[in-house]
Amino acid sequence: MQGFFGKTISPLGKASPKADIPAGVWLKCKGCEQTIAQSALDSNLQVCPVCGHHFPLTAGQRIALLSDEGSFQQLGEGLSSVDTLDFAHDNSYPRKLKETQAKTGLKDAVVCGCATLDGTPYALAVMDFRFFGASMGSVVGEEITRLTEEATRRHLPLVIVTASGGARMQEGALSLMQMAKTSGALMRHDEAGLPYIAILTHPTTGGVTASFASLGDVILAEPKALIGFAGPRVIKETTRSELPPGFQSAEFLLDHGLVDRVVPRAKLRAELAQLLVYLSPETTAGCTTAGRQA
Amino acid sequence: MAVHLEFEYPIIELEEKIVALHRYSKTHAVDLAQGMELLEQQLAATREKLFSGLTAWEKVQLARHPQRPYPQDYIQAIFSDYLELHGDRTYADDHAIVGGFAKLNGRKVMVIATQKGRNLKQNIDVNFGSAQPEGYRKALRLMKLADKVGCPIICLIDTPGAYPGIAAEERHIGEAIAINLREMFRLKVPVVCAITGEGGSGGALGLCVGNRVLIMQCGYYSVITPEGCAAILWRATDAVPKAADALKLTSTDLLKLGIVDEIVPEPVGGAHRDPKTAAQLLRDALCNNLAMLAAKSDDELRAERYERFRKLGQFSEG
Ligand SMILES: [Zn+2]
Repeated sequence: MQGFFGKTISPLGKASPKADIPAGVWLKCKGCEQTIAQSALDSNLQVCPVCGHHFPLTAGQRIALLSDEGSFQQLGEGLSSVDTLDFAHDNSYPRKLKETQAKTGLKDAVVCGCATLDGTPYALAVMDFRFFGASMGSVVGEEITRLTEEATRRHLPLVIVTASGGARMQEGALSLMQMAKTSGALMRHDEAGLPYIAILTHPTTGGVTASFASLGDVILAEPKALIGFAGPRVIKETTRSELPPGFQSAEFLLDHGLVDRVVPRAKLRAELAQLLVYLSPETTAGCTTAGRQA
Repeated sequence: MAVHLEFEYPIIELEEKIVALHRYSKTHAVDLAQGMELLEQQLAATREKLFSGLTAWEKVQLARHPQRPYPQDYIQAIFSDYLELHGDRTYADDHAIVGGFAKLNGRKVMVIATQKGRNLKQNIDVNFGSAQPEGYRKALRLMKLADKVGCPIICLIDTPGAYPGIAAEERHIGEAIAINLREMFRLKVPVVCAITGEGGSGGALGLCVGNRVLIMQCGYYSVITPEGCAAILWRATDAVPKAADALKLTSTDLLKLGIVDEIVPEPVGGAHRDPKTAAQLLRDALCNNLAMLAAKSDDELRAERYERFRKLGQFSEG
């Protein structure tokens, strides 16, 4: 598959059930309201060719976008959520978990592992919004923590691609505790002198924003992604005022100093590769006088 | 003016009866001691029964009781020589979170506390207990100062949550909380946190990364308010008590889950029925927990704080 700037990238969405959608399926773009062929999106990283609206990627698609082909090694088998609280005593949580697992082929809302990008090894976590709106419960917290600890042990840079509708309410305060747990692991990773890059995608809100999404040494965001702690509806209701234009968009947060760069998906792979090199210790070959003069 | 919750009425009625009887016996010079004693016994029994049988939603209401002692009241009652320090050195001094040096039982501590108001004017000043990013940044500045000078940290928390406002988002309330979470793990001094009323989600957690996390008996600690949960999951306001129950947010539930380490008992009926005793019980708990941590090294304190949170979470492998 031919990517942008003539660079060959691995085909996306191989592992995703969406790739099975027959050719000729059309959908309405949320950005420009035009009718677009699914195939046009598939060949354009799920970005609308008309207006540049970024449709969500599955974890599989995102991993393919950001790693060398075949390099991703998942950390463990993946954990599954349990209904520890017997939430509302109606069995609805475990039932919906099973349904969502079957529908998405995912065990929960995050996929974690180690990969290389242009040969640079790094640890990668990707959240998938299809799974309970990528809400953070015990599993997401534990997987991110394990990956961060593994990255610290193996002296790897860490990249987390975030998306989240908030906390996994069905796990009560245990889900809240995952914010602290992941932040603690990131403290140790930081203390080991290792870099962490957060890539914020649409939407990143709630407890994920108030923990690892905001803790990147470098924070990238996809265009127009909604990023915030409280959701816009809650803010509108609480303050009873109109929200400023573009409020909580990636561009708004770039203006307000949270985000380092807003990166269109077509450039994300190249920019991440560049950053990983910048954030790695410099090899002697790269800093000779000759190199500087060239 | 006294404010009473619906489920408190049986107690209030008995109390009023006793007062009336007392007045009658005085003005009419009759001895009603026997009747009074009976009523007192009935009152005590009713209080015990009501208090032990409270639903999760009733406990949330107690935690929000307008007459409940607030962190500022506990600072006054428990600590001496409180020297408040202001500002986040970046933008503002958020009155919803205060902090400063103080003495507890003769020993210096850094006390950091959320604030609630007793009237509209006070509540506007403290934003109804919901902090802006500056509150969390001030708190961290003070914690780092305490860390530098080897001073234990005590956080008292009673907040409905961080403020969901436009300016709060513009100045990155999520980032402010996140940084606190990460940096509190770095502290080398003992950190004891006590939720005295409402432990409202990330806004409470942003001050709650302690070696020991205590909660007062009627306090709650939740990822979302019961109202918010009911609105999202069941789209019905009458589902609020159901949501409160489902969230497992009461002190006893939280202790079982390992989310809190200790429940600080309250006087029968709740802290607002006897603030002095409540303060004494909280003071004892804080002193005991600080004493427990006093002999530990920097490394032990940090490692134990990490492990304390590291083990929280329930899932199945594979
Ligand atoms: Zn479009």
